[in-house]
Amino acid sequence: MSDVVAPFLAATIRTATPLALAAFGELLVERAGLINIGLEGAIIAGAFGALWGASVGGVAGGFAGAMAGGMLVSAVFAIFVIAFNADQIITGTALTLLGLGATGTLYRALYGSGGAALNVPTSAPLAIPGLASVPVIGTALFAQPPVTYLAYLLVPALWWWLSRTHAGLALRAIGERPDAAAAAGISLARVRTSSVLFGGALGGLAGGTLVIAQAGTFVEGMSSGRGFIAIAIVVLGRWRPLGVALAALLFGAASALQFAFQAMGWSAPYQLFLVAPYLLTLAALASATGRARAPASLGKPL
Amino acid sequence: MSALRSLRFASLVVLGVLAGLAVLLWAGGYAIEPALTALWSGSVGTWYALTSATLVRTIPLLLTGCAVAIAFRAGVFNVGAEGQLLVGAAAAAAAALALGSWGPAAQGIALVAGALAGALWAGIAAQLRARYGVLEVISTIMLNFVALYLVSWLVRGPLQEPMHIYPQSSTLADATHLARIPGAGRLHVGLVLALAIIVLSGWALRHTAAGFRLQAVGESPSAARSAGLIDVQRTTGRAFMLSGAVAGLAGAVEVLGVTYALYENISPGYGYTAIAVALLARLDPWRVGVAALLFGALEAGAGAMQRDASVPSTLVSVIEALLILAVIGAQAWRARHASAIASPDDAAEAEA
Repeated sequence: MSDVVAPFLAATIRTATPLALAAFGELLVERAGLINIGLEGAIIAGAFGALWGASVGGVAGGFAGAMAGGMLVSAVFAIFVIAFNADQIITGTALTLLGLGATGTLYRALYGSGGAALNVPTSAPLAIPGLASVPVIGTALFAQPPVTYLAYLLVPALWWWLSRTHAGLALRAIGERPDAAAAAGISLARVRTSSVLFGGALGGLAGGTLVIAQAGTFVEGMSSGRGFIAIAIVVLGRWRPLGVALAALLFGAASALQFAFQAMGWSAPYQLFLVAPYLLTLAALASATGRARAPASLGKPL
Repeated sequence: MSALRSLRFASLVVLGVLAGLAVLLWAGGYAIEPALTALWSGSVGTWYALTSATLVRTIPLLLTGCAVAIAFRAGVFNVGAEGQLLVGAAAAAAAALALGSWGPAAQGIALVAGALAGALWAGIAAQLRARYGVLEVISTIMLNFVALYLVSWLVRGPLQEPMHIYPQSSTLADATHLARIPGAGRLHVGLVLALAIIVLSGWALRHTAAGFRLQAVGESPSAARSAGLIDVQRTTGRAFMLSGAVAGLAGAVEVLGVTYALYENISPGYGYTAIAVALLARLDPWRVGVAALLFGALEAGAGAMQRDASVPSTLVSVIEALLILAVIGAQAWRARHASAIASPDDAAEAEA
């Protein structure tokens, strides 16, 4: 049985990592009262930035490029939504289109269209001594690429920052009562811009994880809806770091089911597995949206 | 907005697109002149290109653009036209394959089946919004992926051609094909149908009570509710499903008029381009006619650019996205301008 369970857990963590990273970023954006539908664009820009960065500066360059790519897309979001007061949903949709189109164009222009898959240096799994040798869960949880450990650390870090620091309180105040926060002297524009840029950096990092820690290459459109799934994860996780982490694990598990079923020799149309995360998103949103309370000013015009 | 102003706006947009394209080509290190020559000859340079390439691509954009405009007008962010188009295509193909021997009647049934499938697909997101408050931007995108895999399964399963070699359906019976317009290459009568729907939608929005309710709900749900006599929930739900029906019809028209079979990549993203079309048309079905033509020409020309000047065809989605940003940026700027100066002309313009 453990020959099914351990790979299943490992696949769960692997799939959940980029989703959790992107969702943590969106969590802060939404706690500040904005909704960035352009997260998908930030993820694919991060994936491309990772390809470019890694081909120049190895693994570290790749992650730097990933964050820069994600921040670039979210900077455009911040300018349009915060400075120009443009509609958040339409801006986000345009940025998703822009991210997918621009990365596809750049990829074909720089590396040739039908070209052979380009391989980049990958970030190897790093086993944590001691923890990695725990039976069944050890290798699954603690023999992962370092970026996964960053995702683990972000759970307590974000919780602490949101609930125990002045800056976190200011951010939450803006999300709940922007007018009162502004009256109390908090700069809405500055806090919201920072949160959007932070969300972009983590979204980019999610894309970078796909390239550097998983696929080892870039594929056009490889974000395949993860930005939207991450937004659903934030809702399902009720806008709390731990909840978001658990929701990301649930999605990871749903995607990992296909490996488990294959290992057990259970056959079904493969599309059924591919479609599972999207169906789960719909079900999760339906069950979570009504019950959880969103930040009061979420998505409202500024 | 007067006809002259519309014309000025349209030429500004075309010039802007060409200038943006030239800058992007230059930045990408491509030779500008051969690329733009290919764009011209592949889109509107010849009668064949205009009819068989540009107008054939304009038809699905007219319908999906209209679908998006209807939904956005009602305050429903339906970005699922792509999925609704796909299920519409699948339903139309299934109906035409099953009833091929019925001749023209099968054609009509297939069109209706496509529209119904699109409406039901949008209806899922409409229900999720009405009952559980699920953001339709996310649910419709998710349903796009589900539709994609549904078609992928259908063409390898129940609807696969009898030899079971290719991931596609059998070719539809001749009698179910939409007739071609004589002397216009591959252009088919779907154009007439699409134009009729555009005209009808624009008219209904302007001159019927239902159209008025739809816009009232879109502009301010709370005002519409408190003004009484408008059931906001029902109005948005209906607009959502109507939008899905029109997008589903686009899929049916594509299958019956262009591809004559169902396969996976039946749409090169018409449902996403439709968002740019609708926003550029400022959500007016009549102006969708012009915007769809512009994007139909761009998509056709992009194919020629890739073929003749090896410029990636994905450049078109970059142009589309930049155009959306330009439109909303201009609107935001104009809104600020209008409120600051409040000249009657500008205020009317901002409202339009």
